[in-house]
Formats: sequence, structure tokens, C-alpha cells
Amino acid sequence: MTTPMVKFDNVTKRYGSLTVLDSLNLEIAPNEKVAIIGPSGSGKTTVLRMLMTLERINEGVIYVDGEPMTHMQKNGKLVPADERYLRRVRGNVGMVFQHFNLFPHMSALKNCMEAPLHVLGLSRKAAAERATELLDMVGLGDKRDQYPSQLSGGQQQRVAIARALAMRPKVMLFDEVTSALDPELVGEVLNVIRKLGTEHSLTMLMVTHQMGFAREFADRVCFFYGGRIAESGKPDEIFNDPKEERTRQFLSAVLEAS
Amino acid sequence: MFWDWSYVWEIMPALLRASLVTIQATVLGFILAAVLGLVLAIMRMSKTNWISIPTAGFVEFIRSTPVLIQIFFIYFVFPEFGVVLPAMVAGVIALGLHYGSYCSEVYRAGLENIPSGQWEASIALNLSPYITFRDIIIPQAIPPVVPALGNYLVALFKETPLLSAIAVLELMQTAKILGSESFRYVEPITIVGAFFLVMSLVAAALIRRVEAYLNRTLRNPGGAR
Repeated sequence: MTTPMVKFDNVTKRYGSLTVLDSLNLEIAPNEKVAIIGPSGSGKTTVLRMLMTLERINEGVIYVDGEPMTHMQKNGKLVPADERYLRRVRGNVGMVFQHFNLFPHMSALKNCMEAPLHVLGLSRKAAAERATELLDMVGLGDKRDQYPSQLSGGQQQRVAIARALAMRPKVMLFDEVTSALDPELVGEVLNVIRKLGTEHSLTMLMVTHQMGFAREFADRVCFFYGGRIAESGKPDEIFNDPKEERTRQFLSAVLEAS
Repeated sequence: MFWDWSYVWEIMPALLRASLVTIQATVLGFILAAVLGLVLAIMRMSKTNWISIPTAGFVEFIRSTPVLIQIFFIYFVFPEFGVVLPAMVAGVIALGLHYGSYCSEVYRAGLENIPSGQWEASIALNLSPYITFRDIIIPQAIPPVVPALGNYLVALFKETPLLSAIAVLELMQTAKILGSESFRYVEPITIVGAFFLVMSLVAAALIRRVEAYLNRTLRNPGGAR
């Protein structure tokens, strides 16, 4: 078996006395597309935030591409990673946020150039070329000199996708990326993600409320409930024939609402 | 006669020279305050307790003691420890230190107003803390606090007469000397007052222009929608 691209090994996350994730075990194969669904408070966004190292974990280890992400080797033992180690391994993962989080004082192009320039050490010319290429890919080549405040929500989110891709991550995380968008703008963002999935070899994890998209796009769907994976499987199995009562209740509530 | 114009013209050159000293003390003191304030603000926000707690203590200590005492301390007490500073240098350091701790609170407000999403995006892009501050956080944090920093610039400017207490030949000290030589205080003190009034108004107008400029170029170059 090939090394999983992402591996959660008994990962537990607590906020005070509240356990948000309870000894999570999850392996994701290279190039696999995984959709994470579940009610709010089930810990699904926390999974992405831990993988992006935005949250420290309390127990367990997360591996990316066979290398520990949350820990580092020291004298043959795994110890919690320090800032320097994190800076080295974090580049494997990229993230797109619900609220875009573009840098408002930089043009679309500059947003996409900032990290390649200062983290990867690309020349200004190379960074600009890469950014232009990616903005073209998300269909915003003509908006490269616009600032985020001049773009629609959907356009901003596409710039955010291009910005994350500019770092050439192996794993892309999408955290409810269409939840803050007006309904008519959701499609353009999903189209970009679809295109990414077919044209690039990328491992993708997405937390989403777009059940239709999860069903069509994902290789596997994980239903989170109360800090655990209550059920996971192929989209058809989960959506047509859920084994768990909780999954059934959640899906019927969500599908009724839409 | 109550007001003697010929005396005014006679003392004007000396007062103009002194006003340069006042402006110099203000500019140097404020540069120190602006830089030190930013450093203190960032140190106070540090997640490392042994950096943030002493910094907070230092800022509170400086803010809670009179600037005149700090001036005296640096000028008269430091030499006991072998640090002998010229009056002007001691005065500038004291003013810069005092207003730096005020400015640090202003910067802190600006820094804390940056949405957490900006920090998270910076981490997700693997930007170093230095680049994050330089390129992402500071350009967004400073324009909104320029008016508050400007108030401290004007306040610092108006406190420079305190330097006369350690015999820096700034405006107030010069006016006192002129007055005691001629026994006429009306003209020199009035002129000094008028000078402070005019310069404060000029400074306030400049600050408004800087604020507008920074808002245009740094914070919201695209124009709000």
C-alpha cells in the first residue's frame, strides 16, 4: 500500500473540558478527494484547522506525506513541533477559508505573489508569472490589478484559491468555501474546484454544506458527529443508503432545507 | 508701553533659533516614540509570557510617572551609574520613552483590530512572523491609528518646555533668559505661546494629510465599495 498523503493517528483536540475531536483516525490517499459533512459543532472545521497547524492538538500525531506535521523527531522520539519545524513542513498544505481572508491592501496579483516571493524565494518575475498563470486558471486574468474590495465574493474566493495554489501544496483544504457567498456565486467557485480536481493531482479535503457537490465530486464522504467520524464511505453509499440513524437524520434535515 | 514692537524684533532671532531646537527635540523625540511604541506593542502582544509581562509592566510604569521626573532621572541620576548624557539627548530620550509607551497602546489597539483571518491566512501561506508583520499586519494596522498618533505628536511638542528644567536652550528656556535679562516677560512669553499655537495647528493639518495619504495607498488602495 502507498503511504497515505494525510494520516490522523489517534488525534484528540480539547478546548478546556470540551472534547472537540475524540481520538480521530483517518487516512487519505494521494490524490483522494474527501468531503467532510456533519452538523455544526461536530469538529469538522477543527480537522482542517489542525492539519493547517492553526490549532495545536492535545493527543496523537498528524502525518502529511509520511512526515509528522504536528511533531518532530528529536533523539529518536516524537516531540511537539516547534515554530522552525512547522515553517519547514507547513508548505505541503494549503488552505482556503470561508471568509476568503485576502489581504485587502494588495491587488489580486500581489495577493498571489506574496508567499512565493518571500517563502519560496521566487524572483519577482517568476512569482508574477506563476500568479498570472493561476489567476488565468481561475478565470480572473483580467482582474489581476483589482483589489479585493473591487471584486465580488465569488471572485475573491477564486483569488484565494489561486493564492493557496501558488505555493504548490500537495494537500488543499477547503473550509466551507461557499458558505459566505450569495447563492448565484457558488457555482463559479465550485467550477474552479472541479477543474482543480480533474487537471491537477492534488489531495483535497473539504468541509462543505453543498451536498450535491460532495456527492458528485468526492471519492469519499466522512460524516462527523460529536467529535468522531460516525460514518464514512463512497458518496453513493452515504447519500443513498446511510447505515447510521444520525447520518439519515442529518441528511434528511439538510436536504429538506435546500 | 505694554507691548514694545522694537523689543519684539530684537529678540526674534534668538527665539527663532530656539524654535529650531524645540522642533528638533519634537521630531527626534517623536521618531523615537513612534519606533519604540511599535516595538513595545509587538512585544506586549507576544505569546511568550516572559516577554509580554515585563513589557506591559514597563509601559504601565512609564505611563504612570510624570515625564518631568523621567527627564530628571535620566539627566541627574543616570550619571551616578556612569551614563552621562548631554541635556538635549537626555531630554529627547525621556520624551521618546514617555510618549513611546503611550504610542504603544495606540499601536496595540490598531494591531488588535486586525481580523484573525489575516493572521490565519499568513500562517496558511507559511509567511514568517517578520514578513507577516511587515507586509500584512502593519500596513493595515497603522493608517487607522494615525490620528491618535498625531495627537501624541502635538502633545509631545507642547511638553518640550519641560526640557527647560534641565537647561536645554529650547523656546521656553530662551524666553525665560531673555525676560530675566530685560525684565520684560510679556513679549517673549507671548511670542512663545503664539509659536506653539501656530505650530500645533500646522501639525494637525499635516497629520490629516498623512492620514488621507496612508488610507489611500496602504490600507484601501482600491477604494471602498
